[in-house]
Amino acid sequence: MKLRIIVTLKNGVLDPQGKAIHHALEGLGFGGVNDVRAGKLIELDVADDTSDDALDEMCRKLLANTVIENYRIERV
Amino acid sequence: MKSAVIVFPGSNCDRDLAVALRSVSGNAPTMVWHRETELPDGVDLIAVPGGFSYGDYLRSGAMAARSPIMRAVIDAANRGVFVLGICNGFQILTEAGLLPGALMRNAGISFVCRDVPLTVTNTQSAFTSRYQAGEAVSFPVAHHDGNYFAEPETLARIEGEGRVAFRYAAPVNGSANDIAGLLSDAGNVLGMMPHPERMIEPAHGGTDGRRLFEALAAA
Repeated sequence: MKLRIIVTLKNGVLDPQGKAIHHALEGLGFGGVNDVRAGKLIELDVADDTSDDALDEMCRKLLANTVIENYRIERV
Repeated sequence: MKSAVIVFPGSNCDRDLAVALRSVSGNAPTMVWHRETELPDGVDLIAVPGGFSYGDYLRSGAMAARSPIMRAVIDAANRGVFVLGICNGFQILTEAGLLPGALMRNAGISFVCRDVPLTVTNTQSAFTSRYQAGEAVSFPVAHHDGNYFAEPETLARIEGEGRVAFRYAAPVNGSANDIAGLLSDAGNVLGMMPHPERMIEPAHGGTDGRRLFEALAAA
């Protein structure tokens, strides 16, 4: 089973990398970009019988730092 | 004082820390590889050094915090053994849950590498008892992810309990409340981004860091 874990910074957490990307886009002349937030995409290939609970635990224990990040699990 | 320095792949301040500990306490620390599962018997201080453990993969300190030895470090911390995390060590201690909050990319994006003025804001801990309250000291910083973040209620709790040991005298990396060093609720764990082990001998440009290790050796 193939999955994508999308890790994003929580709302309200400053994202200096997103800000720098935003400035770079503007520097390249792209207008109309209101905001940029950078995150991570982690692809997993797991056994088909892996439970949702186990996946959730993987995210909470390692893949995301829930102090600053949210995560979302998508089946590919 | 019997001390141990944890060594991860990518640690690069482990030997500086060992030299500082030997210079102050007279005993060389035991260097403990991250694959070990036990600490030396009767250890008084566990030092988690700076560097780029696991190449900062995933998040700074994230992989190291899940190393086999960290289970023993967490158990020892819960028994009251002193734990000092410097720079990447601070990041590892937050990732391991021994200290609240997280260390994020510096607000200015850039790696910051220079001596910074700090204020000692808690002199009640075993780490800071040889400083004066409000004393100005100077330690070097060298980090990319030193921007301390915690939820507002966590920050309020930390401040209410007087757990900020060191504050930047002027903003360095965007840290909430200019937090540079943070104590655990029991006071036996200190995480800090600046490097006291690089201010031990006059040849380092100053000796402000020496008293931190002297206080621990006497505790």
